[in-house]
Amino acid sequence: MKLGLKSNIAKSLLLARWKQTLVAAIGVTFSITMFITLLSFMNGLNDLLDGLILNRTPHIRLFKEIKPSEYQAINLSQEYKKSQNFIRSIKPAKSKNELRNYEAIVQTLKNDKRVLGFAPKIVAQIFYNVGATDLTGVINGVEPEEENRLFKFSEYIVEGNYIDLKNIPNSVILGKGLAQKMLTEMGAIVQVTTAQGQIVKLKVVGFFQSGLQELDKVQSYASIKTTQKLLGKSTNYVSDLQIKLNDMTIAPALAKEYQAIFDVDAEDIQTANSQFETGSSIRTLISYAVGITLLIVAGFGIYNILNMMIFEKMDSIAILKATGFSGNDVKSIFIRIALTIGLVGGLFGLLFGFLLTAVIDQIPFDTESLPTVKTFPVRYDPKYYIIGALFSIITTYFAGFFPARKASKIDPVIIIRGK
Amino acid sequence: MKEIVLEARNISKEFHDPVTIQILNNVNFKIYKKEFVSVIGKSGCGKSTLLYILSTMDTEYTGELLVDGMSMKNKKEAQLALIRNEKIGFVFQFHYLLNEFSVLRNVMLPGLKLNKYSEQEIEQRAIEKLRILGIDKEALKKPNQLSGGQKQRVAIARALINDPLIIMGDEPTGNLDKKNANIVFDVFKELTHSFNQTLLIVTHDQEFAQNTDRIIEMEDGRIIKQ
Repeated sequence: MKLGLKSNIAKSLLLARWKQTLVAAIGVTFSITMFITLLSFMNGLNDLLDGLILNRTPHIRLFKEIKPSEYQAINLSQEYKKSQNFIRSIKPAKSKNELRNYEAIVQTLKNDKRVLGFAPKIVAQIFYNVGATDLTGVINGVEPEEENRLFKFSEYIVEGNYIDLKNIPNSVILGKGLAQKMLTEMGAIVQVTTAQGQIVKLKVVGFFQSGLQELDKVQSYASIKTTQKLLGKSTNYVSDLQIKLNDMTIAPALAKEYQAIFDVDAEDIQTANSQFETGSSIRTLISYAVGITLLIVAGFGIYNILNMMIFEKMDSIAILKATGFSGNDVKSIFIRIALTIGLVGGLFGLLFGFLLTAVIDQIPFDTESLPTVKTFPVRYDPKYYIIGALFSIITTYFAGFFPARKASKIDPVIIIRGK
Repeated sequence: MKEIVLEARNISKEFHDPVTIQILNNVNFKIYKKEFVSVIGKSGCGKSTLLYILSTMDTEYTGELLVDGMSMKNKKEAQLALIRNEKIGFVFQFHYLLNEFSVLRNVMLPGLKLNKYSEQEIEQRAIEKLRILGIDKEALKKPNQLSGGQKQRVAIARALINDPLIIMGDEPTGNLDKKNANIVFDVFKELTHSFNQTLLIVTHDQEFAQNTDRIIEMEDGRIIKQ
């Protein structure tokens, strides 16, 4: 009953000044709408940009780099153990860039619960022969099905079907930029030369567009078997192993672990793409900052309106206190007013924010580099709505708190005597 | 022995701004149940100040105030608010009705705050009080639709809603013309006679005071005659 009474008084005061109330609530609505829209859009964009790289990047890449041995003969000698040894002009020994013990590594990874999946890969330098000219390029030997499962291969294929790499022998999927340079079309035969000088003919079964034009001008995909044949290697030759984890955050630690166990080089995604992490976190930070600024501005609006209301309602406050309402009752009435504005404004803000986001989601957005994206990217995340709702309540509470405290301290005697 | 409703013991108060002025000086008196007491005195003699101390709204004084036998010293603001709500009814020079609420609701508010009865009962009681004061027909109007005399009667009904121990008035007829002032006075008179209501009214209207049971006359912060 008592709670109802205070709410009742709050309601009457609100409705008595409904225009001001509306303006205050619209302020909150506007800021929450923008907050939601901004965050959804900004993070949609983040996801898109990150996806460009992250979807296609393995969490851990195992490979064998050709480099000089870290253990030089002199370091192993007992005689010079305690000396500082300087060795110049070290060259890598003749070694292969293939992963040794491939079968053993595969077995270990299959049993590792932290690993979501892995796909072998061969990266080889080749030349594309176009008439009399040779274009340098890279051919990636992949297992099409695994590549699609883990790295969304099919999303980048703009023409043809990725599975044809497996079904059609000696087939290749060319980068869009590369295909344009070579003036080829689907079904055409292209000729490539390997670094070892072998000339091979491959059938074009598709084109891909990765979103990174530089990549599209040099890269092509073939099945792992085709690539092995191309390079004249045995069927267990693999140069890279791409691992996708269940939890991306453990990648750096796991990379070190694998490096030690398998005696290979391991690179984690965080190290390989640190600039993307920084970029997206700063974009997120900016959108939060803007959104919260909007809310605080709305908070000041509420503060002003409540202050004015208290000034106008001085007499009413005095009489409420004279007839037995305590300072806390008065405070709670004004905080209720503020919270009502915050709740109603915030609720509409969430609704309009959702609608505006949905509208943005429908706006066409065509870009050469992103073949699969047709409309502006937007992320619908309940998290933003929860933050928006919480923040609208918190800001309006504080915006109401100070005027309410002022109201609670009004001395009825001064006002009543003043008349 | 008559029952004491309100007692002032050695109440003194000083203002310190800009120079120290003794506004009340050792005020002592008792108010008994069913009494109709008026406090008169010239402007600035401290009678209003005294009333605000007696009403528990002003707490900066020395001496002791007893309402219904309880000392008001060292009570918290919320406790004093509760005592005002339950035991003291107010009528001011200005009506102080809330224009956001209907007349009926205005009368009900202190009752709802006290929360002793259900809302329906409070509404019944409010209508009853308005009927005593002859304005039950205006119950659903807004206060700003009423005349000055009617507003003041609504304010009295509001003071009555919790059946207070005492009703205090600060120049309740001060803003009213002769006719309305008489109506309000008759209302007070009836309240003491028919409903045994204790009243303490501050006024500078000699004629008003003459018709009350007891007159406390003040001058320069002291009681000179009672």
